[in-house]
Amino acid sequence: MSQEEILAELAQIVNEIAGVPVGDITPEKSFLDDLDVDSLSMVEIATAAEDKWGIRIPDDDLKNLKTVGDAVNYIAKAGVAA
Amino acid sequence: MKTPPITHSRIVAIGEHRPAATLSNDDLAARGVDTSDEWIRTRTGIQRRHIAGPDETVISMGADAAAKALANAGLSGNDIDLVVLATCSIARPIPGGSARIASGIGAAGVGAFDVNAACGGFCYALSVASDAIRVGNAQRAVVIGSEKLTDFIDWPDRGTSILFGDGAAAVVVERSDEPGVGPVAWGSDGDNFATVCIPDGDWAIRMDGPAVFRWATTKMAPVAARACELAGVELSDLAAFVPHQANVRIIDAMVRALKLPDSVVVARDIATTGNTSAASVPLALASLVNAGTVASGELALLLAFGAGLTYAGQVVRVP
Repeated sequence: MSQEEILAELAQIVNEIAGVPVGDITPEKSFLDDLDVDSLSMVEIATAAEDKWGIRIPDDDLKNLKTVGDAVNYIAKAGVAA
Repeated sequence: MKTPPITHSRIVAIGEHRPAATLSNDDLAARGVDTSDEWIRTRTGIQRRHIAGPDETVISMGADAAAKALANAGLSGNDIDLVVLATCSIARPIPGGSARIASGIGAAGVGAFDVNAACGGFCYALSVASDAIRVGNAQRAVVIGSEKLTDFIDWPDRGTSILFGDGAAAVVVERSDEPGVGPVAWGSDGDNFATVCIPDGDWAIRMDGPAVFRWATTKMAPVAARACELAGVELSDLAAFVPHQANVRIIDAMVRALKLPDSVVVARDIATTGNTSAASVPLALASLVNAGTVASGELALLLAFGAGLTYAGQVVRVP
């Protein structure tokens, strides 16, 4: 799965959980500062991503995912099959 | 040797004690907590919480709730033979509070013990008391959840100070010809005790909010489903779901994960009560009963969870 595809899927998840318009969800955006996605919504997004991609995002790693791009890169590196 | 035949048990009445003093979100900000009404509401669903005064203790609040439950049942202390107190915030660990509550409600001399399973405590205590009645070790019990958590709150720590409140609620449980308290689904996770605890050398409750949130939102819905399965009840049979009142967003996530039918009323007492640990489930049930939102004899699913980590849940018939 390409980074663009991960971004598109992740944007759907963020939209469903936090109500952020899909079009606003671009790699450079900060979840907290730009999209108003708080730490609890981040946990819900992480668990949804874990279910979707069969990966594990520990709390310590989750705290370092500040931007949408951080999350996309993390999911890509976590071994999402193409 | 002989043992008596096993019967059923049921909850016959409920009583509550909510401290008169309240603390709004704006009050917290005025106390110097770095927060705002909007911040607290959006992250927790809490608008205000009740705060015990200097003369209100785990024991006094618990005794008042127990006396009210007995009065609501048309009973007195002479009519009970077991008192079980769920609490994790009693001022000193020795002695526990149950015997003093028994004396305070006119039931001096009865069996009495405390249960500390933190926020999970009430459902543990209810299960143990219910089973004591079912096997004949007691005829009628008072089960109390009472907490004065503000004794263990470091007000500048907004990760905890915005969440917790004080209060107590109690139920009267007695023998019954029909099932009224279902089998308990319970468990624990001691590996993750540090996510919510009073750390070594500290005096206040500290919490890793996101870690607890993740645990609750991913692990508790299956426990709720298991409690229903054990009781032979479908979710659509329930009149109410009364989860521990930790955070409205945990409650909402559990409701989604369970695919709870819209017909089931969900307790959201947290808005005006905050998190009262072992008192939260019975206080939330009392709110529904007192408002007439649920009727006597209807089914409610109780689910308590928290520090330990511990959890317990069961289906009950509403008193």
